[in-house]
This record gives sequence, structure tokens and C-alpha cells, in this order.
Amino acid sequence: MTSEQALQPVPDIDIALHRARIKEAEQRMRRSGWRRRMPQRGHLILMPLSIIMVLPFVWMVLTSFMTNSEINRIPPTILPHHLYTGGYSSVLASSDFPYWFLNSLIVSGTAVLAQLVLCSMAGYAFARIQFRGSTVMLILLLATALIPFQLTVIPTFLIFHKLGLINTLGALIVPQLTSALGIYLMYSFFQSFPRELEEAGRIDGCSRLQVFWKIVLPLARPALAALGIITFIYAWNDLFWPLIAITSSHTFTVQVGLTTFQGEHETQWPSVMAGTVLTTAPVLLVFLVGQRRFVQAITGAVKG
Amino acid sequence: MAAIPDEATVARDANRRIRRSGNLAGWAFAGPSVFIVLGLSFIPMFWAGYLSLTNSDLVSGGHFIGFANYAALRSDPMLRQAFTNTLLLAVLYLPIGLAAGLGVAIMLNQKIKLIGFYRTCFLVPFVASAAAEGLLFGFIFDPDFGIVNAGLNAVGLPRQGFLQDPSEALVVLAIVYFWTQFGFNIVIYLAALQDIPKEVLEAASIDGAGKWSTFWHVVVPTIRPVTIFLLVWGLIDVFQFFDLVYTTTKGGPLNSTLTLVYYIWELAFNFFTAGYGAAVAYVLFFTSLIVTIAALVYGRRNRVAL
Repeated sequence: MTSEQALQPVPDIDIALHRARIKEAEQRMRRSGWRRRMPQRGHLILMPLSIIMVLPFVWMVLTSFMTNSEINRIPPTILPHHLYTGGYSSVLASSDFPYWFLNSLIVSGTAVLAQLVLCSMAGYAFARIQFRGSTVMLILLLATALIPFQLTVIPTFLIFHKLGLINTLGALIVPQLTSALGIYLMYSFFQSFPRELEEAGRIDGCSRLQVFWKIVLPLARPALAALGIITFIYAWNDLFWPLIAITSSHTFTVQVGLTTFQGEHETQWPSVMAGTVLTTAPVLLVFLVGQRRFVQAITGAVKG
Repeated sequence: MAAIPDEATVARDANRRIRRSGNLAGWAFAGPSVFIVLGLSFIPMFWAGYLSLTNSDLVSGGHFIGFANYAALRSDPMLRQAFTNTLLLAVLYLPIGLAAGLGVAIMLNQKIKLIGFYRTCFLVPFVASAAAEGLLFGFIFDPDFGIVNAGLNAVGLPRQGFLQDPSEALVVLAIVYFWTQFGFNIVIYLAALQDIPKEVLEAASIDGAGKWSTFWHVVVPTIRPVTIFLLVWGLIDVFQFFDLVYTTTKGGPLNSTLTLVYYIWELAFNFFTAGYGAAVAYVLFFTSLIVTIAALVYGRRNRVAL
């Protein structure tokens, strides 16, 4: 049956029966429809499940305020007797943790700033400016998503070794200056961006850079926020590359530093948990503040 | 005598000028990113290919030894173990991870209260770092004073070795990994479900479809592209499994949690057999590439845009 035939009124249709079927279907939907069927019953599963998801973190915070003897007690203590802050003071005073934290801030902060500028410029160029080789370059950039870092890590180490950057923050910053994902995020944002505003700017005599800087970027704030949040979380949490590129304690990031707690502070669980809390706090803070953008970015990257 | 240029020449010159200025501006805007991203991916990729044909010890370049590394890895029991462990991890995690993610996404897709609260709770483990989470779960699953064993004890069940027991460690890691990735699967599925037009579901209902048949014949096929994406993403992610292993078991006990990437890392940066490590990395690369391309081709054939 072609679509034209389908649009023809069907002869001999029993209107009453038809209406009855629709009514019955509506009732069925009200009873068992997708969005309507006693949705609140879901809480019975969702509530315990979501508590299980955050419980380890609650436990982490609680133990960070316990004394060592409280932690080692069998059966374990659930609530600390009083707020013992010895774990925090020992982590901050007698380990290199403050250095690590600062290093992580420097690396992640630089990564965010650099990616906001470089990824948005590149994304804008691919979306708007016609230049020789743009299609090939865009395809090559997207193809890098298929190259796992584990494949390139050994030569990357050798490259940074030759550059004399191993064991410096530079080795951590350079690979984070820009990213294929960031370029792609900005590229897809600028593709759906109204062209008229830029044209108006060009007619008013702005250069391309001025148009980009004064007209496009301020309007790209939602996309920039999403990119910044993703970049920060990724850069802050990275362990594999810093573990390889950095060998001296003063240059560690928090994640690498945290792993050294394992053997060294084996019995000092309050310090370990205090360090874990301090390491997790910044990303959780960024996530809680920018959650909406974060979710948009990860779902947007998938749909695109 | 200079001829007055005709209209076509003027237009051609103007076009050329615009194109040239576009070239310049385009490369000025995109150049730095292109240079860094391509330079830090394609050059090392080919370099790793060359390294895999040498006996490099990371410090010196080593000698060209042809395909000897590839010949050796065919009879490497550690590699076989790492491969088996990685696959086992995928089998343990992926089906449950996706099914549970879809299940919760369906619950959240209803007109339910507290949706923001739930989404936050589910995403927190995905956002926190694997290093912190590994340390945390090493503590929670500690055989002596961990809270899980205390709980088992309290209900009269025998204590378990968990991460220190070769037969349990990988399962515990799969559980922890599930916990970290759960929120991501939920959020992606939820976005896909919200994109299903209401009319489609209504049409299904008018055609007499019940709850289950709507789910199997309308919802599941509609979100298949997302399922394929999550499957490929999950597989690639499992193939890169490192952080949690490093912060909990370091591949032990008895290599029961040795994963491919952990093995590559050990080969290159602990045992200083960089050439051989590069060969293993290439095997990993081709395996994940084949999986990805197979999924893309499958998606394309089923008219799925990935």
C-alpha cells in the first residue's frame, strides 16, 4: 500500500467501533502506560539503590574523622566518637599532599583555560571557515578517538623525555592543552549557531578574530561551561599518564600521590581517608555546581 | 597597455582572495589544536609500530629484531592471562551494566519525584577519580576490618578474602567497576528514552500493545543505536582498565586481576621491555579497532547513526 492509498478514507469503517478502540486504548494507557503507571512505586527500588551508590563516600567521610583505633576495631565503628581531625592535619602537615594539590590545580586549571580557547577556536574554524584541508583534518582529528592512549604512551614518554619535560608539570599540561573531544563538542555547537550575528559583525567591519572574540564566544557560554567542566574532571582524575611522566614526590598530582599512601600509610587509615576526601572534594564540587551542563555534554557527545 | 579587467576576472580574483584569507584564518584558528592532537597521536602511533619491531628497553632505542616480539607474544602465558581477565571483566560487567542502566533509566523516565536527587547520586561514582575509589574499596573490602566482612559476619556468613583471594578479586573489581559506570549508562539511556516521541508509544498502545510488548518491540529497537554505542564504549573502556587495578590489587593475587593495560604498563615502565610492550599494545589496538569497526558496520547496516 502506498502512502497515498493509506491517506484515503477506508470504506465501510465502523466509526463507533473505532472510537471504542481508541477509548479502550486510552484507558489501558492510563492503567499501564509508559509514563503514567504508578511511577512513584519506583522509589522502592531507586531510593535504596541511590543510597548504595553514595554510601561508600559517606563511609569515606565518616572514617576520615575516626581515630586509627576506632577504624581497626572489630566490628567496625559506624559513627566516629567525636570529630577527630588528626587524619587531616597529618595529611596536610607531614606529607607532600599540599604540593600535590597545588600541582593538580595548576595542571587542571591550565588545561581548562587552554581547552576553552584552543578547542573553541578549532571548533569554530571547522564549523565556519572554509579552508584548504579542513575536511581531511577534521576526519583525522575524529579518527584519533580510535587510537587508545595505551598504544601511544611509550613513544609519548620518549617524546617528552627528548623534550626534557619528564618529571615536570609541562609533561602533564601539554597533552591536555586541547582535545579531539573538546574540538568536536565546540564544532557541533557552532554548527547549530545562527550565522546572521557573525555576518552582521563582519559587515560592521570587525575582523574574523574580533567577531569570534566579541560576538561568538560570549554567546557560546553554555558550551564553554560544559567543555570546562568535562576538562576539569578529566584532568583532575587522570592517573595513568602522571604516574608514568612524574617520578619525584614534589611534582606528583593528587591522584598519583594518593596511590603512594597505600603501602606507606598502611595502618594510618585516617590520613588515607582524609587524603581521599580532599582529592575527591574538588571534582564533586565542580560536578554538583555544573551538573546540568555536565549531563548535557556527555549526552550531547553521544548523540552527535 | 593595461586592460581594464572584465567582470569575470574581478570576481575570480575576489574569490581567490577570500579563499586565501579563509585558508590563513582557518589554519590560524585550528592549527595549534590540529598540531598538538595529531602530533601526539599519529606520530606516537607509528613510532609504537616501529618500537614493536625492536628490543628497545625504553632508555636506549634497541635493535631491529623484525617480528620476534609478535612471535614471542603468541606463547606468552601472562598475555593470555591478561586477555582472559580483560574479557572476563567485560562479560561480568557489560550485560548487567547495560541492563541495569536501562532499567533505572526507565524508572527515571516516568513522572517521578526526586529525579534530580537520584541522578546526582548515580553520577557521583562516575565523576570521582578511580584512584580515590580504588583506595576506598580496598578499605571497604579489607578482609580483616572492612565493613563488608563485618556485615557478612553479623548475618552469620563466612568472611571472604575479596581482593586478596585469587578467585574473588576480579569479581570484586567488576562490582566496583559497575558501581563507577552505572550512572553513565543510566544518563545515556535516559536521554535516549526521552527522545522517543510520545506518539510512537501512544500508537503502540492504540495498536493493542501491552507494557512488555511495547518495551520489546518499540523501546528496545528505537534505542538500539544507544545500546550499540554503550556496548562499544564499555568494551573500549574495559580494554583500558588500569586505574582500579593499580590502586587495589596491582594485578594480583597470582595475576588474577592482571589486565591488558596493566600488563603493558608493567612491561614498558617496570620491566623496561618497551619493544615487547609496544607489540602487546598493538595487539590491544587492533582488537579494539576490529570491535569498533564491526559495531559501526553493524550499526550502518541496520540504519543506525552512531
